[in-house]
Amino acid sequence: MSQPDFLVHDKADNVGVIVVETVEAGKTLRGLVMETGENVEVQALDAIPLGHKIALIDMNEDDTVLKYSSDIGRMIAGAKIGNHVHVHNCKTKRW
Amino acid sequence: MSLPKSFLGYRRENGRVGIRNYVVILPLDDLSNAAAEKVAANTAGCIALPHHYGRLQFGADLDLHFRTLIGTGCNPNVAAVIVIGIEAGWTGKVVEGIRATGKPVEGFGISGNGEIQVVADASRRAKEMVHWASELQREPCDVSELWISVKCGESDTTSGLASNPTVGNLIDKLDPLGVTTCFGETSELTGAEHECAKRGVTPEIGEKFMKTWQSYMDEVIEPHKTSDLSDSQPTKGNIAGGLTTIEEKAFGNLQKIGKKTQFIDVLEPAEMPSAGKGLYFMDTSSAAAECVTLQAAAGFVVHLFPTGQGNIIGNPIEPVIKLTANPKTVRTMGEHVDVDVSGILSGELNLDQAGDALIDMTIRTCNGRMTAAEVLKHREFVMTKLYRSA
Repeated sequence: MSQPDFLVHDKADNVGVIVVETVEAGKTLRGLVMETGENVEVQALDAIPLGHKIALIDMNEDDTVLKYSSDIGRMIAGAKIGNHVHVHNCKTKRW
Repeated sequence: MSLPKSFLGYRRENGRVGIRNYVVILPLDDLSNAAAEKVAANTAGCIALPHHYGRLQFGADLDLHFRTLIGTGCNPNVAAVIVIGIEAGWTGKVVEGIRATGKPVEGFGISGNGEIQVVADASRRAKEMVHWASELQREPCDVSELWISVKCGESDTTSGLASNPTVGNLIDKLDPLGVTTCFGETSELTGAEHECAKRGVTPEIGEKFMKTWQSYMDEVIEPHKTSDLSDSQPTKGNIAGGLTTIEEKAFGNLQKIGKKTQFIDVLEPAEMPSAGKGLYFMDTSSAAAECVTLQAAAGFVVHLFPTGQGNIIGNPIEPVIKLTANPKTVRTMGEHVDVDVSGILSGELNLDQAGDALIDMTIRTCNGRMTAAEVLKHREFVMTKLYRSA
């Protein structure tokens, strides 16, 4: 596969990380799950900058966000598959 | 790639090996910075380490002040030291602490002499030290004599994906060779603290880490936080780079210790390792300059610094090797980057190859190659202060 548009650490994760500099809403993105080497495809619903997260499943408020197969915080608003996940809809459980 | 067996270093009087050969002009206190900088300006081959503290400190904070200054002088990258303080008592304490290594060290007190006299006397002594140090030669040293510290900064999600795992790959490869390594950043392991504790070599060492982490939470974070730590942890730069929460940052941070290496002890800030060769955790702030200054004071001679958005830190006595996986940072801030591992994100480089490239750059740096931070004259020396002075 040519250069992926996003990477997913582990198969259990519900977010991936954009690794290209330009992602426009509507673009079909190719992703690579690093743990398994498997390919996934998601259509972006937002413009998402390099390094920012994309939802891989539909999520509701209070759902746990999983990355590194681990709890990295909770959703404070819903997101559809392909939405940008960041400080506007996700927050730490720690402080 | 076959792993390196040796590098060219300076063997010091106490047997430790350095990779640089500085004559350091070390002020005891804020008042003595001016004299130290004047001596360094008079004398080629010297480096002054000005800082803000050293007056009216007490208790554990004073202990840390002395441990940091003495440890900095003892670092094997330092050939000889001039200590300048406002008075002779505490100046002498730092001199005696450094003298235990066997390296040349001499103290000068300003009270009763005046700064101009002290600058003249210390400059003459510094000149002799530079002549002596400049004739010291590098010699082949076993790679097991290398002490490497690690800390990341201005991280983003590319740090956890690629540049931190590259450092972890290096540690997993060099730990079996007997290299001594150190990671820190107590607050930045929050969210992944239980995963970190599992990497202790015994349950007792894991528990020792948890106690250190918990006391940081109880004594530093809880009493001083206002609403939450948004904008500090993660930082504005972290957030711009896509990191959303401290937990996400912590799991990325932890990639730096590799997949299998276990830490063998937990160190106080600036404490010298004493449990033998292996990986150590040190209780440090997550602010880059504070952390690297403490690690250098504990005796580490070369530092690996993965960055995402582009932290440009250096240290005056411990060369800082910068690596990044963020292609935008490589493009816009390339002069600060020693090792580009952005190929991991594009699929052009695997982690094993990236780890080898970092090992190669580490050995070249030890042999004498100046890092980007050294060439750009980054010399951030920042003392950690535990609380207000008396």
